[in-house]
Amino acid sequence: MTSYALTTPLLDEKISGLNVGKHVTFTGVIYTARDAAHKRLIEMADRGEPLPINLQGQVIYYVGPTPPRPGAVIGSAGPTTAMRLDPYTPRMLELGVKGIIGKGGRGPAVREAIRRHHAVYCIAVGGTGALLNRHIKSAEVVAFEDLGTEAIRRLEVEGFPAIVVNDCFGNDLLEEGKKEYRTSDRPIPPVKALGG
Amino acid sequence: MVREIDAALITETVARLAVEATHYLPEDVEGAIREARTTERSPLGVQIIDEILENAEIARTRMLPLCQDTGSAVIHVEVGQDVHVSGAYLIDAINEGIRRGYSEGFLRKSIAAHPFSTRTNTGDNTPGIIHTEIVPGDKVRLLFMPKGGGCENMSRYQNFLPGMGKRAVIDFVCETVDMSGGNPCPPLVIGVGVGGTAEKAMTMAKHSLFRKIGSRSHDAEVAALEDELLEAVNALGVGPQAVGGSTTALDVFVETHPTHITALPVAVNIQCHSARTKEAIL
Repeated sequence: MTSYALTTPLLDEKISGLNVGKHVTFTGVIYTARDAAHKRLIEMADRGEPLPINLQGQVIYYVGPTPPRPGAVIGSAGPTTAMRLDPYTPRMLELGVKGIIGKGGRGPAVREAIRRHHAVYCIAVGGTGALLNRHIKSAEVVAFEDLGTEAIRRLEVEGFPAIVVNDCFGNDLLEEGKKEYRTSDRPIPPVKALGG
Repeated sequence: MVREIDAALITETVARLAVEATHYLPEDVEGAIREARTTERSPLGVQIIDEILENAEIARTRMLPLCQDTGSAVIHVEVGQDVHVSGAYLIDAINEGIRRGYSEGFLRKSIAAHPFSTRTNTGDNTPGIIHTEIVPGDKVRLLFMPKGGGCENMSRYQNFLPGMGKRAVIDFVCETVDMSGGNPCPPLVIGVGVGGTAEKAMTMAKHSLFRKIGSRSHDAEVAALEDELLEAVNALGVGPQAVGGSTTALDVFVETHPTHITALPVAVNIQCHSARTKEAIL
């Protein structure tokens, strides 16, 4: 399968070319953030405080890696469930985030926010933290060190593989894919957050 | 005749199981994923399966955990009734093994001390979720499962009207898998507990996940239900990582237990494609 190479930060015209189902690779800097880091960033923004990282055009990766072995850059580093971050995502997009990497689907409000802000949501393959580790060339904690595995890390990545799930046109790969391959006559249940 | 087993041996074994389970994908699971590659209809699904297989190879050769979520440490321990554990309390010995395995193996510590309050990380992945069972004999069997949050959080339980029968089971399992989408990291292994009481049903669902892919219940009717469920789930079109495809589950296991005349309890406990388990017999 051919991949579409992307460099970060993401430019608007590149985002326009990212349709759902496209296999892409990221090269450049991406930032890690999970639940606790999102909460803090948004609280700081709401208080009008300067943020520890500039979010303009950036890509956020939902990951909490394993500790590195001595001499290693990072441990196993695959994506976590994106739906858990749904409550924070529209605000993060307002703050300038253009790309998100996680796993699993997003709720209707997030899909709409991604369309409105001309952004993109991709999945990396959940449960492939060892493979994704090989695409991370450096890792440095840049904020909220006290959060441990949930601290914000600046990662330099090379050829980091992902798949476009929600594009800037409002499409959703998971919805389309399920319809295409469904042979069951059961009605498709509505998208509903089931928890983490 | 009572056989003495040193608690230190239990600790050492649990520590080893934690590292092995998180780095080596079980052969039966890898075999089932390889098999799925030949039948998956979606090209994107095949690409995902390839990445999963490559991941298993990298994890094994470079000693990197298969997944960054090295889980809650779920341990099912069968203690022979002719065994005497000496030197420490059995549960303490197991937790010490978890502590050691997660620290020395560079595994992620993912346990929050208080569930709804401070949620401070316990720092060593203890306490484990430990189930003990007294069995005949003079051996100790340790079954270790590092259980990730993504799939565990998709667990569901419901009691149905007794007359609803297997239709209720099939509908409930399909609905759960459909709604879970990509969250539990398909292709899945699905554990189902039917009967007993609420906690019995969920414990059976979890325990069934220790079975080998392709194994079937000894009860012919239950085995037939397992086949029917696997087919029904794979017809949903969820596919690898929910991008759409014909491989939603690698297998479905059902365990049953007699139940109250008023009840039909059904529990679903999902395992991701990184269906990590490891056992040892002392």
